[in-house]
Amino acid sequence: MAQLILYGLIYGGIISLGAIGLTLLVRILKFSHFAHGDMMALGAYLTLLFRVTMGLPMWLSVALAVILTAVAAVLIDRIFYKPLRRTSPAILLIASVGVALVLRHLIQFFWGAAPQVYQRGVERPYIVWGLRIRPTQVWILVMAVVLVIAVWLFLQKTKTGKALRAMADNMDLAAVSGIDTERMVVWTWVLGAALAAAAGIMLGMDTQLRPAMGWLMLLPIFAAAILGGLGNPYGAIAGGMIIALSQELSTMFINTAYKPAVAFVLMVLLLLVRPQGLFGGKA
Amino acid sequence: MALLEVSGLRAGYAEVDILHGVNLAVNQDEIVCVVGPNGAGKSTLMKSIFGLVRVRDGRIVFQGEDITGLGPSQIVRRGMCYVPQNNNVFPSLTVEENLEMGAFIRQGDFRRKMEEMFELFPILKERRRQKAGTMSGGQQQMVAMARALMLDPKLILLDEPTAGLSPKFAELVLEKVTEINRMGVSVLMIEQNARAGLAISHRGYVLTMGRNRLDDTGQALLANEEVGRLFLGG
Repeated sequence: MAQLILYGLIYGGIISLGAIGLTLLVRILKFSHFAHGDMMALGAYLTLLFRVTMGLPMWLSVALAVILTAVAAVLIDRIFYKPLRRTSPAILLIASVGVALVLRHLIQFFWGAAPQVYQRGVERPYIVWGLRIRPTQVWILVMAVVLVIAVWLFLQKTKTGKALRAMADNMDLAAVSGIDTERMVVWTWVLGAALAAAAGIMLGMDTQLRPAMGWLMLLPIFAAAILGGLGNPYGAIAGGMIIALSQELSTMFINTAYKPAVAFVLMVLLLLVRPQGLFGGKA
Repeated sequence: MALLEVSGLRAGYAEVDILHGVNLAVNQDEIVCVVGPNGAGKSTLMKSIFGLVRVRDGRIVFQGEDITGLGPSQIVRRGMCYVPQNNNVFPSLTVEENLEMGAFIRQGDFRRKMEEMFELFPILKERRRQKAGTMSGGQQQMVAMARALMLDPKLILLDEPTAGLSPKFAELVLEKVTEINRMGVSVLMIEQNARAGLAISHRGYVLTMGRNRLDDTGQALLANEEVGRLFLGG
Protein backbone atom coordinates (compact mmCIF):
# COMPACT_ATOMS: atom_id res chain seq x y z
CA MET A 1 0.00 0.00 0.00
CA ALA A 2 2.79 2.44 0.86
CA GLN A 3 4.30 1.54 -2.50
CA LEU A 4 1.05 2.47 -4.25
CA ILE A 5 0.91 5.78 -2.39
CA LEU A 6 4.43 6.54 -3.56
CA TYR A 7 3.48 5.86 -7.18
CA GLY A 8 0.34 7.90 -6.62
CA LEU A 9 2.40 10.90 -5.47
CA ILE A 10 4.61 10.70 -8.55
CA TYR A 11 1.64 10.40 -10.89
CA GLY A 12 -0.19 13.08 -8.88
CA GLY A 13 2.66 15.53 -9.39
CA ILE A 14 2.42 14.99 -13.13
CA ILE A 15 -1.36 15.41 -13.20
CA SER A 16 -1.24 18.49 -10.97
CA LEU A 17 1.18 20.29 -13.26
CA GLY A 18 -1.17 19.70 -16.19
CA ALA A 19 -4.22 20.69 -14.16
CA ILE A 20 -2.75 24.02 -12.96
CA GLY A 21 -2.39 25.31 -16.50
CA LEU A 22 -5.79 24.00 -17.48
CA THR A 23 -7.42 25.70 -14.50
CA LEU A 24 -5.85 29.05 -15.38
CA LEU A 25 -7.06 28.73 -18.97
CA VAL A 26 -10.59 27.77 -17.95
CA ARG A 27 -10.71 30.56 -15.45
CA ILE A 28 -9.11 33.38 -17.37
CA LEU A 29 -10.14 32.59 -20.94
CA LYS A 30 -13.29 30.54 -20.17
CA PHE A 31 -11.58 27.97 -22.29
CA SER A 32 -11.80 24.19 -21.83
CA HIS A 33 -8.55 23.54 -23.59
CA PHE A 34 -8.77 20.03 -25.06
CA ALA A 35 -5.32 20.26 -26.62
CA HIS A 36 -3.68 20.55 -23.21
CA GLY A 37 -2.78 16.86 -23.09
CA ASP A 38 -1.22 17.04 -26.51
CA MET A 39 0.90 19.98 -25.41
CA MET A 40 2.23 17.63 -22.76
CA ALA A 41 3.08 15.16 -25.51
CA LEU A 42 4.70 17.91 -27.58
CA GLY A 43 6.99 18.79 -24.68
CA ALA A 44 7.87 15.13 -24.20
CA TYR A 45 8.71 14.56 -27.88
CA LEU A 46 10.70 17.78 -28.23
CA THR A 47 12.83 16.56 -25.34
CA LEU A 48 13.27 13.28 -27.23
CA LEU A 49 14.44 15.26 -30.25
CA PHE A 50 17.07 17.22 -28.34
CA ARG A 51 18.17 14.38 -26.06
CA VAL A 52 18.18 11.30 -28.27
CA THR A 53 18.34 12.62 -31.84
CA MET A 54 20.69 15.54 -31.23
CA GLY A 55 22.46 14.12 -28.19
CA LEU A 56 22.22 17.21 -25.98
CA PRO A 57 22.42 16.83 -22.21
CA MET A 58 19.11 16.04 -20.52
CA TRP A 59 18.79 19.29 -18.56
CA LEU A 60 19.36 21.37 -21.69
CA SER A 61 16.92 19.24 -23.69
CA VAL A 62 14.25 19.68 -21.04
CA ALA A 63 14.80 23.44 -20.86
CA LEU A 64 14.67 23.85 -24.64
CA ALA A 65 11.57 21.65 -24.93
CA VAL A 66 9.73 23.58 -22.23
CA ILE A 67 10.57 26.92 -23.84
CA LEU A 68 9.62 25.74 -27.33
CA THR A 69 6.32 24.29 -26.11
CA ALA A 70 5.49 27.62 -24.47
CA VAL A 71 6.33 29.45 -27.70
CA ALA A 72 4.22 26.97 -29.68
CA ALA A 73 1.29 27.52 -27.31
CA VAL A 74 1.47 31.30 -27.69
CA LEU A 75 1.63 30.96 -31.48
CA ILE A 76 -1.29 28.51 -31.54
CA ASP A 77 -3.26 30.95 -29.42
CA ARG A 78 -2.50 33.88 -31.74
CA ILE A 79 -3.29 31.93 -34.91
CA PHE A 80 -6.20 29.67 -33.94
CA TYR A 81 -7.81 30.71 -30.67
CA LYS A 82 -7.53 34.47 -30.47
CA PRO A 83 -9.74 35.16 -33.49
CA LEU A 84 -12.39 32.91 -31.91
CA ARG A 85 -12.18 34.29 -28.40
CA ARG A 86 -15.13 36.65 -28.82
CA THR A 87 -17.39 33.84 -30.01
CA SER A 88 -18.69 31.14 -27.69
CA PRO A 89 -16.76 28.79 -25.38
CA ALA A 90 -18.17 25.82 -27.32
CA ILE A 91 -16.51 27.00 -30.54
CA LEU A 92 -13.17 27.45 -28.77
CA LEU A 93 -13.50 23.98 -27.29
CA ILE A 94 -14.05 22.43 -30.70
CA ALA A 95 -11.16 24.42 -32.15
CA SER A 96 -8.94 23.02 -29.43
CA VAL A 97 -10.04 19.46 -30.28
CA GLY A 98 -8.88 20.24 -33.82
CA VAL A 99 -5.55 21.57 -32.56
CA ALA A 100 -5.22 18.44 -30.41
CA LEU A 101 -5.69 16.20 -33.45
CA VAL A 102 -3.20 18.19 -35.51
CA LEU A 103 -0.57 18.07 -32.75
CA ARG A 104 -1.01 14.36 -32.18
CA HIS A 105 -0.73 13.52 -35.86
CA LEU A 106 2.22 15.82 -36.38
CA ILE A 107 3.95 13.96 -33.57
CA GLN A 108 3.05 10.64 -35.14
CA PHE A 109 4.20 11.88 -38.54
CA PHE A 110 7.66 12.93 -37.34
CA TRP A 111 8.34 10.37 -34.65
CA GLY A 112 6.19 7.38 -35.66
CA ALA A 113 3.54 5.50 -33.73
CA ALA A 114 5.87 3.11 -31.92
CA PRO A 115 6.60 3.77 -28.24
CA GLN A 116 9.95 5.40 -27.53
CA VAL A 117 12.06 6.04 -24.44
CA TYR A 118 14.65 8.62 -23.38
CA GLN A 119 16.93 5.98 -21.99
CA ARG A 120 17.19 2.27 -22.74
CA GLY A 121 18.03 -0.40 -20.23
CA VAL A 122 16.76 -1.29 -16.82
CA GLU A 123 17.29 0.95 -13.82
CA ARG A 124 18.06 -0.68 -10.53
CA PRO A 125 15.57 0.75 -8.01
CA TYR A 126 16.62 2.07 -4.64
CA ILE A 127 15.04 0.38 -1.68
CA VAL A 128 14.12 2.88 1.04
CA TRP A 129 12.19 1.63 4.07
CA GLY A 130 11.07 -1.32 1.99
CA LEU A 131 9.81 0.93 -0.83
CA ARG A 132 11.11 0.48 -4.35
CA ILE A 133 11.81 3.68 -6.21
CA ARG A 134 13.81 4.14 -9.41
CA PRO A 135 16.34 6.99 -9.65
CA THR A 136 14.26 8.52 -12.44
CA GLN A 137 11.23 8.54 -10.20
CA VAL A 138 13.20 10.36 -7.53
CA TRP A 139 13.99 13.01 -10.13
CA ILE A 140 10.36 13.26 -11.17
CA LEU A 141 9.21 13.64 -7.60
CA VAL A 142 11.82 16.30 -6.86
CA MET A 143 11.06 18.19 -10.07
CA ALA A 144 7.32 18.07 -9.45
CA VAL A 145 7.69 19.40 -5.91
CA VAL A 146 10.11 22.13 -7.01
CA LEU A 147 7.84 23.20 -9.86
CA VAL A 148 4.71 23.27 -7.73
CA ILE A 149 6.52 25.40 -5.13
CA ALA A 150 7.89 27.65 -7.88
CA VAL A 151 4.42 28.16 -9.34
CA TRP A 152 3.05 28.85 -5.89
CA LEU A 153 5.74 31.47 -5.24
CA PHE A 154 5.19 33.00 -8.67
CA LEU A 155 1.44 33.32 -8.14
CA GLN A 156 1.78 34.47 -4.56
CA LYS A 157 4.73 36.84 -4.64
CA THR A 158 5.23 38.37 -8.07
CA LYS A 159 3.24 41.21 -9.51
CA THR A 160 2.50 39.23 -12.67
CA GLY A 161 1.42 36.21 -10.61
CA LYS A 162 -0.95 38.30 -8.53
CA ALA A 163 -2.34 39.89 -11.67
CA LEU A 164 -2.99 36.40 -13.10
CA ARG A 165 -4.95 35.51 -9.99
CA ALA A 166 -6.78 38.83 -10.23
CA MET A 167 -7.67 38.02 -13.86
CA ALA A 168 -8.94 34.62 -12.79
CA ASP A 169 -11.09 36.33 -10.16
CA ASN A 170 -12.56 39.10 -12.21
CA MET A 171 -11.45 39.79 -15.76
CA ASP A 172 -13.50 43.00 -16.17
CA LEU A 173 -12.21 44.54 -12.97
CA ALA A 174 -8.65 43.67 -13.99
CA ALA A 175 -9.14 45.57 -17.25
CA VAL A 176 -10.71 48.51 -15.41
CA SER A 177 -7.69 48.61 -13.07
CA GLY A 178 -5.43 49.07 -16.06
CA ILE A 179 -3.97 45.57 -16.05
CA ASP A 180 -2.90 44.73 -19.58
CA THR A 181 -5.18 41.72 -20.01
CA GLU A 182 -3.77 40.70 -23.39
CA ARG A 183 -0.27 40.46 -21.93
CA MET A 184 -1.65 38.40 -19.07
CA VAL A 185 -3.26 36.04 -21.57
CA VAL A 186 0.18 35.46 -23.10
CA TRP A 187 1.52 34.79 -19.60
CA THR A 188 -1.27 32.31 -18.99
CA TRP A 189 -0.28 30.37 -22.10
CA VAL A 190 3.41 30.49 -21.29
CA LEU A 191 2.84 29.24 -17.76
CA GLY A 192 0.21 26.67 -18.72
CA ALA A 193 2.18 25.24 -21.64
CA ALA A 194 5.51 25.21 -19.78
CA LEU A 195 3.95 23.24 -16.93
CA ALA A 196 2.21 20.91 -19.38
CA ALA A 197 5.50 20.29 -21.18
CA ALA A 198 7.24 19.56 -17.87
CA ALA A 199 4.45 17.14 -16.94
CA GLY A 200 4.70 15.42 -20.32
CA ILE A 201 8.46 15.04 -19.98
CA MET A 202 8.06 13.52 -16.52
CA LEU A 203 5.48 11.11 -17.84
CA GLY A 204 7.86 10.16 -20.64
CA MET A 205 10.66 9.62 -18.12
CA ASP A 206 8.47 7.49 -15.90
CA THR A 207 7.09 5.26 -18.65
CA GLN A 208 7.47 5.72 -22.39
CA LEU A 209 6.51 8.17 -25.11
CA ARG A 210 3.56 7.48 -27.35
CA PRO A 211 1.76 9.90 -29.65
CA ALA A 212 -1.49 9.32 -27.76
CA MET A 213 0.08 9.87 -24.34
CA GLY A 214 -1.29 13.38 -24.03
CA TRP A 215 -4.75 12.46 -25.18
CA LEU A 216 -4.89 9.74 -22.53
CA MET A 217 -3.84 12.27 -19.86
CA LEU A 218 -6.65 14.64 -20.76
CA LEU A 219 -9.27 12.88 -18.67
CA PRO A 220 -7.25 12.73 -15.45
CA ILE A 221 -6.11 16.36 -15.73
CA PHE A 222 -9.64 17.57 -16.44
CA ALA A 223 -10.90 15.45 -13.54
CA ALA A 224 -8.24 16.97 -11.29
CA ALA A 225 -9.04 20.52 -12.39
CA ILE A 226 -12.78 19.98 -11.88
CA LEU A 227 -12.18 18.34 -8.51
CA GLY A 228 -10.16 21.39 -7.56
CA GLY A 229 -13.07 23.67 -8.39
CA LEU A 230 -11.78 25.02 -11.73
CA GLY A 231 -11.04 28.29 -10.07
CA ASN A 232 -7.93 28.24 -8.20
CA PRO A 233 -4.57 26.76 -9.12
CA TYR A 234 -4.09 25.44 -5.61
CA GLY A 235 -7.26 23.38 -5.88
CA ALA A 236 -5.85 21.84 -9.05
CA ILE A 237 -2.84 20.52 -7.14
CA ALA A 238 -5.05 18.94 -4.48
CA GLY A 239 -7.33 17.55 -7.20
CA GLY A 240 -4.36 16.02 -9.00
CA MET A 241 -3.17 14.28 -5.88
CA ILE A 242 -6.63 12.91 -5.07
CA ILE A 243 -7.14 11.55 -8.60
CA ALA A 244 -3.71 9.95 -8.75
CA LEU A 245 -3.86 8.40 -5.30
CA SER A 246 -7.33 6.96 -5.85
CA GLN A 247 -6.28 5.58 -9.24
CA GLU A 248 -3.27 3.83 -7.73
CA LEU A 249 -5.06 2.62 -4.61
CA SER A 250 -7.98 1.30 -6.66
CA THR A 251 -5.65 -1.36 -8.06
CA MET A 252 -5.79 -3.08 -4.68
CA PHE A 253 -9.46 -3.88 -5.31
CA ILE A 254 -10.04 -3.87 -9.06
CA ASN A 255 -8.17 -4.83 -12.20
CA THR A 256 -5.44 -2.36 -13.19
CA ALA A 257 -7.04 -2.03 -16.61
CA TYR A 258 -9.89 -0.07 -15.06
CA LYS A 259 -7.57 2.47 -13.46
CA PRO A 260 -8.41 5.33 -15.84
CA ALA A 261 -12.11 4.79 -15.17
CA VAL A 262 -11.55 5.73 -11.54
CA ALA A 263 -10.82 9.34 -12.49
CA PHE A 264 -13.96 9.42 -14.57
CA VAL A 265 -16.15 7.95 -11.82
CA LEU A 266 -14.74 10.42 -9.31
CA MET A 267 -15.41 13.31 -11.65
CA VAL A 268 -19.01 12.23 -12.32
CA LEU A 269 -19.69 11.64 -8.63
CA LEU A 270 -18.30 15.01 -7.72
CA LEU A 271 -20.28 16.82 -10.40
CA LEU A 272 -23.44 15.18 -9.07
CA VAL A 273 -22.78 15.91 -5.42
CA ARG A 274 -20.77 19.12 -5.41
CA PRO A 275 -20.71 20.72 -8.86
CA GLN A 276 -18.63 23.67 -7.70
CA GLY A 277 -15.70 21.34 -6.96
CA LEU A 278 -14.18 20.34 -3.66
CA PHE A 279 -12.38 23.62 -3.20
CA GLY A 280 -14.58 25.89 -5.27
CA GLY A 281 -16.29 28.74 -3.50
CA LYS A 282 -19.87 29.73 -4.03
CA ALA A 283 -20.69 30.42 -7.65
CA MET B 1 -12.68 74.70 -18.07
CA ALA B 2 -14.42 71.60 -16.78
CA LEU B 3 -12.38 68.56 -15.74
CA LEU B 4 -14.79 66.27 -17.56
CA GLU B 5 -17.13 67.45 -20.26
CA VAL B 6 -19.63 65.15 -21.91
CA SER B 7 -21.65 66.55 -24.78
CA GLY B 8 -24.39 65.04 -26.94
CA LEU B 9 -23.54 61.51 -25.83
CA ARG B 10 -25.39 58.75 -27.63
CA ALA B 11 -24.56 55.22 -26.61
CA GLY B 12 -26.11 51.82 -26.01
CA TYR B 13 -25.87 48.09 -26.46
CA ALA B 14 -26.24 46.16 -29.72
CA GLU B 15 -28.92 47.91 -31.78
CA VAL B 16 -30.56 49.82 -28.95
CA ASP B 17 -29.57 53.31 -27.88
CA ILE B 18 -29.85 53.88 -24.14
CA LEU B 19 -28.52 57.43 -24.08
CA HIS B 20 -30.01 59.94 -26.50
CA GLY B 21 -27.70 62.92 -26.33
CA VAL B 22 -26.65 63.46 -22.72
CA ASN B 23 -24.67 66.49 -21.56
CA LEU B 24 -22.76 66.55 -18.33
CA ALA B 25 -19.78 68.28 -16.76
CA VAL B 26 -17.66 67.75 -13.69
CA ASN B 27 -15.51 70.67 -12.53
CA GLN B 28 -12.30 70.47 -10.56
CA ASP B 29 -12.90 69.45 -6.92
CA GLU B 30 -16.60 68.83 -7.39
CA ILE B 31 -18.85 65.98 -6.29
CA VAL B 32 -21.45 65.48 -8.98
CA CYS B 33 -24.34 63.10 -8.47
CA VAL B 34 -26.49 61.59 -11.21
CA VAL B 35 -29.95 60.51 -10.13
CA GLY B 36 -32.90 59.12 -12.03
CA PRO B 37 -35.28 56.19 -12.15
CA ASN B 38 -34.20 52.67 -13.06
CA GLY B 39 -33.50 52.38 -16.76
CA ALA B 40 -32.70 56.07 -17.13
CA GLY B 41 -29.23 55.13 -18.38
CA LYS B 42 -27.16 56.18 -15.38
CA SER B 43 -24.87 53.14 -15.40
CA THR B 44 -24.63 53.21 -19.18
CA LEU B 45 -23.55 56.85 -18.99
CA MET B 46 -20.78 55.96 -16.57
CA LYS B 47 -19.65 52.98 -18.61
CA SER B 48 -19.59 55.03 -21.81
CA ILE B 49 -17.44 57.68 -20.15
CA PHE B 50 -15.01 54.95 -19.06
CA GLY B 51 -14.91 53.33 -22.49
CA LEU B 52 -16.80 50.16 -21.53
CA VAL B 53 -19.75 50.88 -23.80
CA ARG B 54 -19.32 52.00 -27.38
CA VAL B 55 -20.11 55.63 -27.95
CA ARG B 56 -22.13 56.21 -31.11
CA ASP B 57 -22.14 59.96 -31.11
CA GLY B 58 -21.02 62.89 -28.98
CA ARG B 59 -17.79 63.83 -27.30
CA ILE B 60 -16.10 63.09 -23.99
CA VAL B 61 -13.34 65.50 -23.06
CA PHE B 62 -11.22 64.86 -19.97
CA GLN B 63 -8.60 67.38 -18.83
CA GLY B 64 -8.86 69.09 -22.20
CA GLU B 65 -8.21 65.89 -24.14
CA ASP B 66 -10.76 64.08 -26.29
CA ILE B 67 -11.07 60.56 -24.86
CA THR B 68 -14.11 59.49 -26.88
CA GLY B 69 -13.62 55.92 -28.08
CA LEU B 70 -10.61 55.12 -25.90
CA GLY B 71 -10.63 51.88 -23.91
CA PRO B 72 -10.54 51.60 -20.12
CA SER B 73 -6.82 50.75 -20.05
CA GLN B 74 -6.00 54.03 -21.82
CA ILE B 75 -8.46 56.11 -19.82
CA VAL B 76 -7.16 54.81 -16.51
CA ARG B 77 -3.68 56.03 -17.48
CA ARG B 78 -5.05 59.54 -17.95
CA GLY B 79 -6.16 59.83 -14.34
CA MET B 80 -9.72 58.56 -14.22
CA CYS B 81 -10.73 55.52 -12.18
CA TYR B 82 -13.97 53.60 -12.05
CA VAL B 83 -15.64 51.57 -9.32
CA PRO B 84 -18.35 49.31 -10.76
CA GLN B 85 -21.52 48.66 -8.80
CA ASN B 86 -21.13 44.88 -8.57
CA ASN B 87 -18.15 42.57 -8.47
CA ASN B 88 -15.85 45.44 -7.66
CA VAL B 89 -13.20 43.52 -5.72
CA PHE B 90 -10.97 40.53 -6.48
CA PRO B 91 -12.58 38.07 -4.03
CA SER B 92 -9.74 35.55 -3.68
CA LEU B 93 -7.08 38.23 -3.27
CA THR B 94 -6.31 39.79 0.08
CA VAL B 95 -7.11 43.43 0.82
CA GLU B 96 -3.45 44.34 0.29
CA GLU B 97 -3.32 42.45 -3.00
CA ASN B 98 -6.48 44.19 -4.17
CA LEU B 99 -4.86 47.56 -3.54
CA GLU B 100 -1.68 46.40 -5.25
CA MET B 101 -3.72 45.50 -8.33
CA GLY B 102 -5.22 48.98 -8.22
CA ALA B 103 -1.66 50.30 -8.40
CA PHE B 104 -0.73 47.91 -11.21
CA ILE B 105 0.28 50.58 -13.71
CA ARG B 106 1.71 52.93 -11.10
CA GLN B 107 5.42 53.53 -11.50
CA GLY B 108 7.62 53.07 -8.47
CA ASP B 109 6.66 52.28 -4.91
CA PHE B 110 3.00 52.03 -4.01
CA ARG B 111 3.55 51.37 -0.28
CA ARG B 112 3.11 54.95 0.77
CA LYS B 113 -0.11 55.29 -1.17
CA MET B 114 -1.34 52.09 0.47
CA GLU B 115 -0.60 53.54 3.91
CA GLU B 116 -2.60 56.61 2.92
CA MET B 117 -5.52 54.35 2.02
CA PHE B 118 -5.22 52.57 5.35
CA GLU B 119 -5.48 55.96 7.06
CA LEU B 120 -8.60 56.77 5.07
CA PHE B 121 -10.12 53.33 5.71
CA PRO B 122 -8.70 52.08 9.04
CA ILE B 123 -10.78 48.89 8.88
CA LEU B 124 -8.80 47.84 5.81
CA LYS B 125 -5.53 48.06 7.67
CA GLU B 126 -6.90 45.75 10.35
CA ARG B 127 -7.97 43.30 7.67
CA ARG B 128 -5.12 43.75 5.22
CA ARG B 129 -4.48 40.01 4.99
CA GLN B 130 -8.11 38.98 4.76
CA LYS B 131 -9.54 37.80 1.45
CA ALA B 132 -11.79 40.51 0.04
CA GLY B 133 -14.48 37.98 -0.87
CA THR B 134 -15.03 37.12 2.79
CA MET B 135 -15.74 40.70 3.85
CA SER B 136 -19.09 42.42 4.32
CA GLY B 137 -20.64 44.45 1.51
CA GLY B 138 -19.70 47.76 3.10
CA GLN B 139 -16.11 46.71 3.64
CA GLN B 140 -15.88 45.43 0.06
CA GLN B 141 -17.09 48.82 -1.15
CA MET B 142 -14.21 50.42 0.77
CA VAL B 143 -11.73 47.97 -0.73
CA ALA B 144 -13.14 48.86 -4.15
CA MET B 145 -12.80 52.60 -3.59
CA ALA B 146 -9.32 52.24 -2.14
CA ARG B 147 -8.32 50.10 -5.12
CA ALA B 148 -9.46 52.82 -7.50
CA LEU B 149 -7.71 55.56 -5.51
CA MET B 150 -4.34 53.79 -5.63
CA LEU B 151 -3.54 55.57 -8.90
CA ASP B 152 -4.08 59.10 -7.54
CA PRO B 153 -6.88 59.75 -10.01
CA LYS B 154 -8.09 63.25 -10.79
CA LEU B 155 -11.62 61.88 -11.12
CA ILE B 156 -13.26 58.83 -9.64
CA LEU B 157 -16.47 57.34 -11.01
CA LEU B 158 -18.64 55.58 -8.43
CA ASP B 159 -21.55 53.47 -9.62
CA GLU B 160 -24.11 53.24 -6.78
CA PRO B 161 -21.57 53.00 -3.98
CA THR B 162 -24.24 52.39 -1.33
CA ALA B 163 -26.34 49.81 -3.19
CA GLY B 164 -27.25 46.91 -0.93
CA LEU B 165 -25.62 48.38 2.16
CA SER B 166 -27.19 48.82 5.57
CA PRO B 167 -28.13 52.45 6.37
CA LYS B 168 -25.21 52.69 8.79
CA PHE B 169 -22.67 51.55 6.18
CA ALA B 170 -24.30 53.62 3.45
CA GLU B 171 -23.84 56.70 5.57
CA LEU B 172 -20.23 55.77 6.29
CA VAL B 173 -19.47 55.23 2.58
CA LEU B 174 -20.92 58.63 1.66
CA GLU B 175 -18.86 60.22 4.43
CA LYS B 176 -15.80 58.64 2.85
CA VAL B 177 -16.80 60.06 -0.53
CA THR B 178 -16.76 63.53 1.01
CA GLU B 179 -13.36 62.82 2.55
CA ILE B 180 -11.97 61.56 -0.75
CA ASN B 181 -13.22 64.75 -2.37
CA ARG B 182 -11.42 66.84 0.25
CA MET B 183 -8.21 65.03 -0.70
CA GLY B 184 -8.52 66.72 -4.08
CA VAL B 185 -10.26 64.01 -6.09
CA SER B 186 -13.30 65.01 -8.11
CA VAL B 187 -16.20 62.58 -7.88
CA LEU B 188 -18.89 61.58 -10.36
CA MET B 189 -21.35 59.19 -8.78
CA ILE B 190 -24.66 57.53 -9.32
CA GLU B 191 -26.77 57.15 -6.24
CA GLN B 192 -30.01 55.24 -5.90
CA ASN B 193 -30.63 56.99 -2.62
CA ALA B 194 -31.08 60.35 -4.34
CA ARG B 195 -31.66 62.32 -1.14
CA ALA B 196 -28.45 61.15 0.54
CA GLY B 197 -26.46 61.44 -2.69
CA LEU B 198 -27.56 64.96 -3.54
CA ALA B 199 -27.05 66.08 0.07
CA ILE B 200 -23.28 65.59 -0.18
CA SER B 201 -22.97 66.75 -3.81
CA HIS B 202 -22.08 70.16 -5.16
CA ARG B 203 -24.18 69.62 -8.25
CA GLY B 204 -26.58 67.02 -9.52
CA TYR B 205 -28.13 65.82 -12.76
CA VAL B 206 -31.53 64.22 -13.16
CA LEU B 207 -31.61 61.73 -16.00
CA THR B 208 -34.79 60.17 -17.40
CA MET B 209 -35.06 57.83 -20.36
CA GLY B 210 -31.57 58.56 -21.53
CA ARG B 211 -32.00 62.35 -21.59
CA ASN B 212 -31.11 65.25 -19.32
CA ARG B 213 -34.15 66.28 -17.34
CA LEU B 214 -32.75 68.76 -14.85
CA ASP B 215 -29.45 69.95 -13.50
CA ASP B 216 -28.71 72.26 -10.62
CA THR B 217 -26.81 72.41 -7.36
CA GLY B 218 -27.36 69.52 -4.99
CA GLN B 219 -29.28 71.65 -2.53
CA ALA B 220 -31.51 73.18 -5.20
CA LEU B 221 -32.40 69.75 -6.56
CA LEU B 222 -33.23 68.52 -3.08
CA ALA B 223 -35.61 71.47 -2.70
CA ASN B 224 -37.07 71.06 -6.19
CA GLU B 225 -40.69 69.92 -6.10
CA GLU B 226 -40.55 67.90 -9.29
CA VAL B 227 -37.47 66.01 -8.11
CA GLY B 228 -39.12 65.46 -4.77
CA ARG B 229 -42.19 64.00 -6.42
CA LEU B 230 -40.18 61.85 -8.82
CA PHE B 231 -37.47 60.36 -6.64
CA LEU B 232 -37.46 61.54 -3.12
CA GLY B 233 -40.72 59.96 -2.13
CA GLY B 234 -42.99 63.00 -1.79
